[in-house]
Amino acid sequence: MRTKRLRLVMSAVLVGALAAGCSSGGQEETPQETGPVELTFWTWAPNMDKIAAVWNTAHPDIKVTVSKQAGGDEAAAKFLTAAKAGNAPDLVQAEYQMLPSFVAAEAVADIKGEVAGVRDQFSDGIWNLVTLGTDGVYGLPQDSGPMMFYYRTDLFTKYGIAVPKTWDEYAAAARTVHAKDKTVYLGGFSSKDPGWFAGLSQQAGGQWWSITGEAWKVGINDGPTKKVADFWGGLAKDGVIDTQAPWTPEWNAALNGGKIMSWASAVWAPGVLSSNAPDGKGKWAIAPLPQWSAGENYSGFWGGSSIAIAEGSKHKQAAAQFASWLNTDAKALDLLIKEAAIYPAAKSGQALMTTAPEYFANQADFWQQATNIAGTARGFTFGPNVNVAYSAYKDAFDKALQNKSSFTDALGAMHDATVADMKKSGFTLAS
Amino acid sequence: MTTKGVRRPLGLAPTAVLLLGALYCLLPVCWVLAASTKTRGELFTTNAFAPGTGLFSNIADLSAYRDGIFWQWMANTALYAGVGALLSTAVSVLAGYALAKFRFFGRNMIFNVLIGGILVPAVVLAVPQYLLLAKAGLANTYWAVLLPSILHPYSIYLARIYASAAIPDALLEAGRIDGAGENRLLRVVAVPLMLPGMVTIFLFQFVAIWNNFLLPFIMLADDERFPLTVGLYTLLATGANQPALYNLVITGALLSIIPLIALFLTMQRYWRTDLSGGSVKS
Repeated sequence: MRTKRLRLVMSAVLVGALAAGCSSGGQEETPQETGPVELTFWTWAPNMDKIAAVWNTAHPDIKVTVSKQAGGDEAAAKFLTAAKAGNAPDLVQAEYQMLPSFVAAEAVADIKGEVAGVRDQFSDGIWNLVTLGTDGVYGLPQDSGPMMFYYRTDLFTKYGIAVPKTWDEYAAAARTVHAKDKTVYLGGFSSKDPGWFAGLSQQAGGQWWSITGEAWKVGINDGPTKKVADFWGGLAKDGVIDTQAPWTPEWNAALNGGKIMSWASAVWAPGVLSSNAPDGKGKWAIAPLPQWSAGENYSGFWGGSSIAIAEGSKHKQAAAQFASWLNTDAKALDLLIKEAAIYPAAKSGQALMTTAPEYFANQADFWQQATNIAGTARGFTFGPNVNVAYSAYKDAFDKALQNKSSFTDALGAMHDATVADMKKSGFTLAS
Repeated sequence: MTTKGVRRPLGLAPTAVLLLGALYCLLPVCWVLAASTKTRGELFTTNAFAPGTGLFSNIADLSAYRDGIFWQWMANTALYAGVGALLSTAVSVLAGYALAKFRFFGRNMIFNVLIGGILVPAVVLAVPQYLLLAKAGLANTYWAVLLPSILHPYSIYLARIYASAAIPDALLEAGRIDGAGENRLLRVVAVPLMLPGMVTIFLFQFVAIWNNFLLPFIMLADDERFPLTVGLYTLLATGANQPALYNLVITGALLSIIPLIALFLTMQRYWRTDLSGGSVKS
């Protein structure tokens, strides 16, 4: 019931963005199947075509054709446009934060009935990311990005600091390191990675969006998130953390040259480190993120994606069958790990990861640790306009860094921009 | 010949500005040249303009990536740009010649609408064009990229300007008096006179289609039909949890500009003023 009402409310979105005169897909009764079912699948995971080939050999009646797409926000826009024109693929890879906008545009189907059997393969935190906290199920989790603390063991010894257990210890360590050497930072704050900030807010217990009845509630400037913003704002103001834009050659050089000693990142970081900071091989280790109060044990998610089924697909049943196989079957998970190099969302998939990444050869229990941390990660419900919130984050925090102004105000600006956009798009907001 | 011996003094300021401009344009190209020779490890760790050691391994990696799909993208781009620019040039020359040399009802209105069309950026049209072609069942086909590239208002405008300047009315009249039909006039008089203009239009369109990103990005779903721009983008935006394949993208970018440079060097000779330019004494 709740989802039905929710859909009604949300149907207003995105209609304005696209010109009129577009047919909205043939989603009529499933026709009688003749011959093998043909499914198209948009994904950006590498080597997915090889994995689909394995499925196709085993299931001659359901043929999956993979079309490799670019990832990111543009991929989401492209899928929404295609869905409007009635050209959507049957299956689509959707980042968790983009899934709500697909649901709001009625571009993806509720597959609750089709995938009921695989629910217990996933942890509650991840499952919540595909249900949006409603009764529906809008995709199957594929990969996840639980956050953890990456640090340079050799430099921590050199500067005489211990791995911080709490964020207070982290702040103290940041000051110590920077006092000892002005060119070295313990870590950095990124105004370019809203997903990173979202993950840290999840850890703190923030709830940026929630659905009550038929209304959305936006809580981007709620207490826990404010705490996170204030914390980084204080460190940035004192200049004891690095605030340069990450993913630039300069940042890579700083990471590679040991000028940045740690990185609060996600489980996929080994790939980034090995390509962007090759000299650090064997010197990095992982630990759980610092906590907000001693004794707690939480993490958040940065990144990860699900496989959703288009509302316009004529073969939802077959598509759900493939999506379930891909994300829960032991053989498929093994292929996902080996060929697509992802960290699977399914619990049984995480257990398959045993050999530590080459870059972390010094930490034999890398995946054991990662799995333990993954179990503590909590997500939150993403809203229908995450792209607006994320670009507001970049604008507001960029400005705050530049003017050395308050991070609390920047968070407020992000909140207001998000709320204003949702109102404009016709969503009902709880007061 | 008349300027011999009257060499103007070297203008210091203009030369400096031009040099700065050249530097601004060429520096990124130099960077791509240097960066494409670096291996993954060298890319972000060595000096930005120092050559690396991995050019051939990069090219080999790129060619091996997904069974050589890069070369498929290259062929697709050549098809889109080559056929698209040829068709576009043909349409533009016919339309521009007609607009310049014939008086007919609605001529000015058509021309004004075209001028208006120049002001609408192609980017704005991409989504409506997608929805239209999707209705026609042509989305995700080669036609989806070719058809929107054919009509290019600016090229028609250019062709009209060129036709009115390069084809003297007297020459056409002389032809008509000698008994040539309109088709023959077009073939024998107009087209040869407009050749330099046609080359310009062809090159403009070729480069524009070669570099176009948004239109093919929206139109094409099947990665076998991607052009280079969209294909390389899939290497760059690999999702949050995969490192971008920077060295392959940079090498791919370098390889993708080589045909453009070659085209410019070979087509340059058509830009000289032709001999028939003085066929009428005015």
